[in-house]
Amino acid sequence: MNARLEPLTDHSVAALMRQAEGHGSVMPVSRREFLTVSALAGGGMLVMLGTRGVAQAPPGGGPPGAPRPVQSLAPNAFIRIEPDGAIRILSARPDIGQGIKTSSAMTIAEELDADWSRVTVEQAPVDASIYGSQNVGGSRSTPMSWDPLRRCGATARALLVAAAAQSWGVPVPECRTAASVVTHVPSGRQLGYGELASRAAALPPPDPASLSLKPRSEYRIVGTPVASVDNRSIVTGMPLYAMDVRLPNLRYAALLRAPALRAIPVSGNYAEVKRLPGVRDVFTIEGAGNGGGEAIAAVAVIADSTWAAFTARNALKVQWDRSKASTDSWSQAGRRARELAKTRGSQVLRSDGDVNAAFASAQRTVEGFYSYPFLSHATLEPQVTTAWMHDGGIEMWAPAQTVDVARPWIAQLLGLPLEKVTVHLPRIGGGFGRRLMYDFMTEAALVAKRVDGPVKLVWSREDDLQYDYYRVGGFHALKGAVDAQGKLSAWQNHFISFSADGTSPASGGNMEPAEFPLGALANVHLSQTLLPLRTRTGPWRAPRSNGLAFPSQSFIHELAVAARRDHVEFLLELFAGMPQSSGQGLDPARAAAVIRLAAEKSGWGKKVPRGRGRGMAFYFSHAGHFAEVAEVSVDAQRKLTVHRVTVAGDIGLIVNPLGAEQQVQGSVIDGLSAMMGQRITFEGGAVQQTNFGDYPLLRIAATPVIDVHFVRSDAAPTGVGEPALPPLAPAVCNAIFAATGVRVRELPLSLAGYSA
Amino acid sequence: MLRLKINGREHVIEQTLDESTPLLWVLRDQLGLVGTKFGCGGGFCGACTVHINGAPTRSCQLRAADMADLEVTTIEGLAGPDGRLHPLQQAWIDHDVPQCGYCQAGQLMSAAALLREKPQPSDADIDAAMSGNLCRCGTYTRIRKAIHSAAAAGRRRT
Ligand code: FES
Ligand code: FES
Repeated sequence: MNARLEPLTDHSVAALMRQAEGHGSVMPVSRREFLTVSALAGGGMLVMLGTRGVAQAPPGGGPPGAPRPVQSLAPNAFIRIEPDGAIRILSARPDIGQGIKTSSAMTIAEELDADWSRVTVEQAPVDASIYGSQNVGGSRSTPMSWDPLRRCGATARALLVAAAAQSWGVPVPECRTAASVVTHVPSGRQLGYGELASRAAALPPPDPASLSLKPRSEYRIVGTPVASVDNRSIVTGMPLYAMDVRLPNLRYAALLRAPALRAIPVSGNYAEVKRLPGVRDVFTIEGAGNGGGEAIAAVAVIADSTWAAFTARNALKVQWDRSKASTDSWSQAGRRARELAKTRGSQVLRSDGDVNAAFASAQRTVEGFYSYPFLSHATLEPQVTTAWMHDGGIEMWAPAQTVDVARPWIAQLLGLPLEKVTVHLPRIGGGFGRRLMYDFMTEAALVAKRVDGPVKLVWSREDDLQYDYYRVGGFHALKGAVDAQGKLSAWQNHFISFSADGTSPASGGNMEPAEFPLGALANVHLSQTLLPLRTRTGPWRAPRSNGLAFPSQSFIHELAVAARRDHVEFLLELFAGMPQSSGQGLDPARAAAVIRLAAEKSGWGKKVPRGRGRGMAFYFSHAGHFAEVAEVSVDAQRKLTVHRVTVAGDIGLIVNPLGAEQQVQGSVIDGLSAMMGQRITFEGGAVQQTNFGDYPLLRIAATPVIDVHFVRSDAAPTGVGEPALPPLAPAVCNAIFAATGVRVRELPLSLAGYSA
Repeated sequence: MLRLKINGREHVIEQTLDESTPLLWVLRDQLGLVGTKFGCGGGFCGACTVHINGAPTRSCQLRAADMADLEVTTIEGLAGPDGRLHPLQQAWIDHDVPQCGYCQAGQLMSAAALLREKPQPSDADIDAAMSGNLCRCGTYTRIRKAIHSAAAAGRRRT
């Protein structure tokens, strides 16, 4: 395995696109994906895999009067087969650290039957002079999927085989491929892909129906561990990120945003701040847009350096009109939720069987009020965008994942035709959902309108924590019963969440009626109350499930304890009785398999070292089945040590085991980080946390041993960035109970005096 | 005017800067050495870690003006002048440490200082030396592994 990274020379996306379009024939490989094949000028073959897209509505509904969706042809990847046999796969889309670029290249190379040691996968650099004018909507919202990638590789392979057969004058079925070589089996003659590439590029495209894909037993690349292709440029400090963009005569901007949403700047010491050293301009910007592209009203400082911009911003004294401003209060919401918990909730989401009868005949009933806080994404690269109005258009560099939504919006905002909005997509310094929003692009566009030349809008960490689209907090008033046989016989949940409009739950604050374990039980009552909220919310790693798993999977354990049953046995019993189709793709057999695997690998049921406890939790989300066992101890000062986390997951076929293991390790650490001490609170509409001092991330010393196992599966691969996170918090809380007898029902743990 | 010695080279900054300007922003905005990252500006995350006369230090907490007579090493200067990677950089690649990668320059600078002090660090040494470097993506497991493996490679060489 030798996926190297090499510097780009002539690989500007624009140039490649021109070349790929030259050939004209567009072959569909799926409903949305297509391929074009063309000959390279100096010999060789260029294949472009792209998306035929219609821009989708932005998260949150999109700006009012947004332009009609555009048909676009967006390149996702280019495959160059050079005359010397080198194969270069260039990704036109940003990587946020989930390794999708590496696994996509592996999938293409597998069906191409490429010699992987001759494959390079390239990262497009930030440097504008090399990258050229990349006027594309790289669509991360529709990630390339397993089938189109395979068909892409298979199409190129079919052309190479046809070229070989033609030059030998032999029938295609007599030819085989392996490691970038076509062999005519009867005669033993061979030709390399490099020798065949120019000829292959001139052939008519194969009939998509005639393509045959490899059986999995013949995989030689997919399923092997491959390190991420960008590692070398990362460890040498190359400029890869939007934060690293540098341009001649670049100015820097910082914003003092409204202290509460919808507050408006009335007056301030702008003239005085404008006289500070290194400051070029100070002006107000009105709020604009909504949903994921909302710019909050602010005072902008333009300066010669980031530091001068930050310093001047901190010197601003602004009077705000708060008459229409948000007065959101987390403490009030908590008090209200505790009152509501005594009621059953008016809006019924699901009602099966008869919970009251089951409670009346129960052996034991248990009640618990659970809560979890708002969370920030806290990507380590703060939000940042460079924008430059020139030649009748705007050019932007942004850590953006939804460019196909953001571009038309920026065009509308500035009154520009779409083709006058150019967006460059550097590598992204962490996503977790934050970069699906493009508020920072709206802000940068509004700032750039007032600046002559390029301007880089940099968010401080404080800005980043205080103006996020937060993971929404929530409250669950749970009541459950076990019957005389020790079986879970009733489940009632009054879910108290938030809503911006009074009717629909805030982003990430909804509960599906089939959310596990609701589909597995006979007597269920699920109701909901929505509290008013103006604070912005949005998707956070494993949206919805990241909150819901903690109460439900802790409470299942509470009921297992009440029934004096083993937790694993109790869980498996739920799946044994569960119909296949009752849980949004949850497969009871796959669920039981990961639970058994986690139990086996963690030594479940065997003696734990003195003072330690083991806890289990299962969750199904984002098409992944995951069970996790945590082993913990707690000392007299409530210092919590998580010694080991055993993870068993089923995400279908694993394309890159090294990448998959890494995502699971990251999810476990992320989950632990959040549950230990993270919470966003707000009073009077203002977020109270300021930096990593009061919004702590887990440190290396607190990292447990993380033991990752995957169920061997032939099912199509599904994402691994999210589903390992939700079971972590309940597994740890169940382990705390096993170790100490203390039940945790409120996160983060620091509220009850726990420390890492 | 400010003179700085960075990665063995003399740099002259003609522009007059506010004397409070941290080294981090001089590196990034004035000199274009953007490998050193801005993560928090408050001394919490370690993304901005550089070496000052060999000692790992948070460049967001240092005034550039105070650095005049000191040797600054940044991530761009960690590999040898011939481009040969530091053993830790190689171990980072081999163990596939980075996820988003944003914290890794700071992680590497802290780890490099650790190995210079203690060529064969224990887990406790790693915990102590690396505790000031936050990783939002959770790459700690592999960071530990990569440090041990670079240390082992050093053992084999001597
Ligand atoms: S940026 Fe210096 S410690 Fe975070
Ligand atoms: S790799 Fe993303 S912050 Fe460390």
